[in-house]
Amino acid sequence: MKSAVIVFPGSNCDRDVQVALRASLGAEPLMAWHGDAALPAVDLIVVPGGFSYGDYLRAGAMAAHSPVMREVAARAAAGVPVLGICNGFQVLCEAGLLPGALMRNAGLKFICRDVHLRVDNARTIFTSGYAAGQVVRMPVAHADGNYNADAATLDALEGEGRVAFRYCAADGAVTEAANPNGSARNIAGILNAAGNVLGMMPHPERLAEAALGGTDGRAMFDAVCAALAA
Amino acid sequence: MKVRVHITLKTGVLDPQGKAIQHALDGLGFAGVDGVRQGKYIEIDLAETDPAKARETAEAMCARLLANTVIEDYRVDVGS
Repeated sequence: MKSAVIVFPGSNCDRDVQVALRASLGAEPLMAWHGDAALPAVDLIVVPGGFSYGDYLRAGAMAAHSPVMREVAARAAAGVPVLGICNGFQVLCEAGLLPGALMRNAGLKFICRDVHLRVDNARTIFTSGYAAGQVVRMPVAHADGNYNADAATLDALEGEGRVAFRYCAADGAVTEAANPNGSARNIAGILNAAGNVLGMMPHPERLAEAALGGTDGRAMFDAVCAALAA
Repeated sequence: MKVRVHITLKTGVLDPQGKAIQHALDGLGFAGVDGVRQGKYIEIDLAETDPAKARETAEAMCARLLANTVIEDYRVDVGS
């Protein structure tokens, strides 16, 4: 199984994802530069976190139009799993691979801390390592993570099981107090209609081994790598 | 030909930066500020000299890159 991590100018979690994939996959991921219009055949694409193009205009707006993203969109349409983390989620929304938009945090502050997430859909290639309703801990680090979409889109996401993660309290209660950034309906991660594209603001790669302070993120990389290797 | 693009959050989309500015204006003693919405202003110099074509180009730029139409509206002014 082969994986690729997309690298934009300003990506800063690309190497963290590389380490996590290397551990779960036992193979070296390809690091794909944003300016490369050609992308070798891979079984998994990760769009990592960071501040691509300095967040100029809007977070993810410039990166969404970079040459490699045309290829990422084509692969996603062909069913290749694509995982967008933090800035990667913003890029996928800006590129139209996921609905909605990520706005400035409601509190206007950059938030960098661990949050609790409730796994809403554990029947995806990314989340099958978790149980539905399980509460996991992952870090967030963003200024623009306030997920927004119109009511019809939010209803569709919920009705079709396309909300993968929600911000919650330690006991799993989805409350306003547990919502760090003002996201509509506490949404932390969503899937596309086909279920092969996941965008999420929290960083699974930052808690993917014990030395980092936790392993809740490891289950995601283990699950997707195992599913693709099978 | 210069085109001027104004980008604002759609009506109904919460604008926390606008709210913060409003609170700051209140704090400075400016009375009667009923609302503040923050947006972006972009000036573009186009080689095009036909105003209708310049507008069409600028609107295409807005739809594809300058605005995120999920949350933002845009207005194009075509000038000299």
